[in-house]
Amino acid sequence: MSNPASRENGVDGPITINGETVRAIDEIVKRYPVAEAALLPVLHKVQDQLGWLPVSALDWVAKRLGLPKTRVYGVTSFYTMFKRQKPGKHRIEICTNISCSLLGAEHLRDHIAKKLNIKPGETTEDGRITFDEVECLGSCGTAPVMLVDDKFYEKLTPEKVDDVLDKLNKDDLEAGGND
Amino acid sequence: MTEKILTARFEKPDSYRLSSYVEDGGYEALKKALSKTPDEIIDIVKAAGLRGRGGAGFPAGVKWSFVPKESEKPKYLCVNGDEGEPGTFKDRYIMELDPHAIIEGAAIASYAFGAHVAYIYIRGEFKLPIERVENALAEARQAGFLGANILDSGYDLDIWVHPGAGAYVCGEETALIESNEGHRGMPRIKPPFPAIVGLFGGPTVVNNIETLSYVPHIINKGPEWFAAMGPEKNGGTKLFGVSGHVKRPGLYELRMGTPLRKIIYEVCGGMRGDKELKAVIPGGSSTPILTPGEIDVNMDYDSLAKIGTMFGSGAIIVIEEGTCIPRLAARLAKFYAHESCGQCTPCREGVPWIAKILDRVENGMGLPGDLDQVLKICDNIQGKTICPLGDACAMPIRAMIVKFRAEFERHVEEGGCPFGPTPTPWDSES
Ligand SMILES: Cc1cc2nc3c(=O)[nH]c(=O)nc-3n(C[C@H](O)[C@H](O)[C@H](O)COP(=O)(O)O)c2cc1C
Ligand code: FES
Repeated sequence: MSNPASRENGVDGPITINGETVRAIDEIVKRYPVAEAALLPVLHKVQDQLGWLPVSALDWVAKRLGLPKTRVYGVTSFYTMFKRQKPGKHRIEICTNISCSLLGAEHLRDHIAKKLNIKPGETTEDGRITFDEVECLGSCGTAPVMLVDDKFYEKLTPEKVDDVLDKLNKDDLEAGGND
Repeated sequence: MTEKILTARFEKPDSYRLSSYVEDGGYEALKKALSKTPDEIIDIVKAAGLRGRGGAGFPAGVKWSFVPKESEKPKYLCVNGDEGEPGTFKDRYIMELDPHAIIEGAAIASYAFGAHVAYIYIRGEFKLPIERVENALAEARQAGFLGANILDSGYDLDIWVHPGAGAYVCGEETALIESNEGHRGMPRIKPPFPAIVGLFGGPTVVNNIETLSYVPHIINKGPEWFAAMGPEKNGGTKLFGVSGHVKRPGLYELRMGTPLRKIIYEVCGGMRGDKELKAVIPGGSSTPILTPGEIDVNMDYDSLAKIGTMFGSGAIIVIEEGTCIPRLAARLAKFYAHESCGQCTPCREGVPWIAKILDRVENGMGLPGDLDQVLKICDNIQGKTICPLGDACAMPIRAMIVKFRAEFERHVEEGGCPFGPTPTPWDSES
């Protein structure tokens, strides 16, 4: 499963981890008695910089933390937030778990899929938007809910969704959301 | 009725900053606690009847007392902010709006059982809560409430955020410990319990965010005050997260033991569009569903256990008439199938099997015998796995089938769902 050349682990050209990320990682590692324990926060930092985790990035992390590559591949594949395929420029993740579903989340999911002309789990052909259906986002009191580029959008209606999609298309989704 | 302990500061501007927290008497409890012995703290928390708010309801003080006094390996506190149980949305608010309460509670707990390092495990999707808690930790460190020789007491403590990365099972305490060590979130077999062998092999306490946030208040106002707020052995208030078909869903802090009917019809204003109630899931998606005839129950651990369900995380999901229960069952099973870590065969194989059968029942391709088959699979999962994730699927699914059997059977007989698509809030006027 963790064969780096497999479909699950995306391969990219050489990567550069910038100084800021390296410094952040060095700080994080100090918080743990063993470097391995820093793996999740370190993978997050690398993903924050690159937008996803190509095999070259996993190998870099393995080397930096002194871990076998297989260990890093295995951990990465366990957690849904670690993206092993290059996502679109923007990410829309809609919750369809129970509380959101009770308030019509599936309609919104289908609405978005139709508008973008892709299925959940896919990226638009122009590489702009990756759309996915996710599990409970811990915001059930303000359902239905979606995350767009890590920001929460709550109490969704088709109009609100359309508004977000329009803005994404125009690239002027400010630090929006309602957090 | 609405007693505010944890939510009292939520509306204040900058409630999440140290200056605001200290202005309201923040970190006084830590000072007080550091002048007492660790055992005194444990006794106070025991006497308060503070039970774990993460789901299982284990008495917090008792849990701390299980940690051996002498230990060759360092002891740790893991604060559980994974908040993944569908329906649950309470810890997020504390992290965003009063993170110093968590830190102060965690510091007092750590002192009580002798930890010098604590990690706050926060689900990875919670970017703002992570940022708020990290900033609050930095402020507390700067002000000397964390670090070496806290407030000249000779006690040292560091607390760090450990972000999760999208795995519901990591909310389970031993999976959380694995994940905190940088591993896949695979639960461990108990015993040994974390209090004996936990994080990095050291004695470890795992407590929920909400649980710890009560601790400073208990130290300040005394255990009697806290205990008196709820029924026996169920002290204090609770953050109830109400979602679904009520007029005013949201987060409510209420006394332990508040009647469920009152929460639905008074606190939340009743059903949206004044429709009839069909069912209630009382404590998050893992807890067995209740019918309208069962809602005259007090919301505390013992009262809910008595009627065959669970208090869980206090996440109340309210369901109106016209909702298709098999559809909910199928959706929940799909969730658990996705989240099974894959370690134990009954859960890894059984839960997706349940999901598959329920999906075909909902979509009109159910076969006679399917429902009994699901119940049989539930029997073969429950109690037969390392962690309770399998139970968390089997128990609510079983209750849905048992209590709404006719509805499931109708799906099979009619070869389809009699309810039609889920009604949406935006095209009805309620
Ligand atoms: C599958 C599963 C998921 C869980 N998720 C959470 C969670 O997200 N947050 C939480 O506090 N406890 C969760 N728990 C409960 C923890 O195992 C543990 O009992 C709790 O964190 C202990 O803290 P408390 O005693 O303060 O409640 C979960 C348990 C299971 C079996
Ligand atoms: S069910 Fe959608 S956020 Fe919880």
